[in-house]
Amino acid sequence: MSKTLFEKIWEKHVVESIADGPDVLYIDKHFIHEVTSPQAFAGLEKRGLPVFRPQKTIATADHNVPTLHQELPIKEALSRKQVEKLTENCAKYGVELYGLGHPFQGIVHVIGPELGITQPGMTIVCGDSHTSTHGAFGTIAFGIGTSEVEMTLATQCIMQGKPKVMRINVEGKLHPGVVSKDIILHIISKISASGATGYFVEYAGSTIRSLSMEARMTICNMSIEMGARGGMIAPDEVTFAYMRGRKFAPQGADWDKKLEEWKKLKSDDDAVFDRELNIDAGDIEPMITYGTNPGQGMGISDTVPDPEKLQDESERNALRKSLTYMGFKGGEKMKGMHVQNVFIGSCTNSRIEDFRMIASLIKGKKKSPDINVMIVPGSQQVAAQIVKEGLDKIFTESGFFIRQPGCSACLGMNEDKVPAGEYCVSTSNRNFEGRQGPNARTILASPLTAAATALTGKISDVRELLNVNPA
Amino acid sequence: MNSKAISVVTSTAVPLNIENVDTDQIIPARFLKATNREGFGKNLFRDWRYIDNDENKPHEDFVLNQKKYSGKILVAGKNFGCGSSREHAAWAIKDYGFDVVVSSFFADIFRNNALNNFLLPVVVSDGFLHKLFTAIIADPSKEITVDLPSQTITLAGGDSETFQISDYKKTCLLNGYDDINYLLSQRAKIEAFEKSI
Repeated sequence: MSKTLFEKIWEKHVVESIADGPDVLYIDKHFIHEVTSPQAFAGLEKRGLPVFRPQKTIATADHNVPTLHQELPIKEALSRKQVEKLTENCAKYGVELYGLGHPFQGIVHVIGPELGITQPGMTIVCGDSHTSTHGAFGTIAFGIGTSEVEMTLATQCIMQGKPKVMRINVEGKLHPGVVSKDIILHIISKISASGATGYFVEYAGSTIRSLSMEARMTICNMSIEMGARGGMIAPDEVTFAYMRGRKFAPQGADWDKKLEEWKKLKSDDDAVFDRELNIDAGDIEPMITYGTNPGQGMGISDTVPDPEKLQDESERNALRKSLTYMGFKGGEKMKGMHVQNVFIGSCTNSRIEDFRMIASLIKGKKKSPDINVMIVPGSQQVAAQIVKEGLDKIFTESGFFIRQPGCSACLGMNEDKVPAGEYCVSTSNRNFEGRQGPNARTILASPLTAAATALTGKISDVRELLNVNPA
Repeated sequence: MNSKAISVVTSTAVPLNIENVDTDQIIPARFLKATNREGFGKNLFRDWRYIDNDENKPHEDFVLNQKKYSGKILVAGKNFGCGSSREHAAWAIKDYGFDVVVSSFFADIFRNNALNNFLLPVVVSDGFLHKLFTAIIADPSKEITVDLPSQTITLAGGDSETFQISDYKKTCLLNGYDDINYLLSQRAKIEAFEKSI
């Protein structure tokens, strides 16, 4: 019987299926961080259990770390305690930790792939909803809660109902100035913030195939923002070329053997999906969000939808609430509006290609004097590469301030926050109320749109800076 | 029946008629710095409950601050619990005193987290959800009964609807069993599986 890629990997990892219940799913790789793991370790301690397979868990500190002066002790007492607790737990239970000061430290979804830990065909979990990022390598990767982190530590398994499978086909050529972040924001705006709940998504089609691994990661990363359990892309030559030679990727004869297995990882031609969605790449413009969930997005030349024109009362109320929070009116254009902040970072867009893309746009130009620009590399390795390529000089000369790696202002957990009432064009993944700080107003966009906005001080159409005609 | 188990809950309810309530609203990230599971209830819906992050100034119109509403059941708009996987959201709701959350639609990770904390997520039809909101707002003393053994939710003196839950999870909730206990009992099977791959 023909199968989807998702089904093939899932079935290979089922230890047991419970009648009218979940499957016991074996986990190949488990990532942990300081925020969602302490209670899981406390649970192990209470039960007197060891970590069952410590070599299958990798830890880093990212969510709650400062992005300045990482060489000094963390000032904030609670944050320091949380990071210290991770160090203590990893030492006690024999888990490898890439903590502050380690050359591999960084955002968990940036370091897994760049170190070659993330490999096709794996099941991967982490107590973080953006674990879907790793799906770009043809893995089943998804976010879990802390109770499930404890289950994984204790048994290397979790209990999960098998989701349905949706395929999203993106076909055609992207317009200049349109990048992978725009593809995923476009998809979410079509399907809504809840439209893929209950599904695992496979992204396919010529447009997806033409993307680099880092661009694919951006797409899979935001699968959760439409409610999907995860997102995946079948591995291909682009995947294998990216992986070859990475620190923990297989080497020599082992590589050859694995490569043969990985090449088989794809949906059968006649596999049946529970749902399919077709997207024309030519319809996609640079995207921005106007509301308070990632489904409330539009092309940069569009106007904010008018709640008064909506028929459904609850939808009307929801949109009114979002626009009131954001300070926008139905029917107005966002392009040209002044913003105070630009944040370039997060597990969605903080990899080296993102910074190369931005540097090529801003080289020799200065940021608008009215705007605060924060750049946060995804990992120590990305930060080092920025320096190696001399991109740091371009950023500094343009007035873009580079911080140290971490999740930073994406979630406003450390001191990197957007001031109340101010706008931030952000390359992150969530525009929820207060996400980047109490009463902060987030506009999600691609790294190009964020950089263009930094230069002009206004929400900008990057195509005008690139001298290409908007379609 | 152990202390965590859940069976029949009869209570008044708090109506949170908002869609797409994400876990950043349920518990903002800046309150995730604790290393234990207790005490998150005081920051439940923090930025909707309080003005300017000041505990002394509640938003009078937010449902948790309206004295007429109370109870062990939270009734919320569709796509409840979307966004971040933080289990702290389920801990905060449970710690505040809710045992049941009713909505027409839950985000997947939140639903799992709720079940793992003996916070029962009950999915009802859009029509029934609308009836619940209308009834609670008209009469905040109206009781709702959520009966897990019979998988029914009933408005006092009124309508009723059945809800779905897997047999496995139902048994867990009724008896206070954790998934982790089940998994630990399967260690031999897991080790055999590892040898087979």
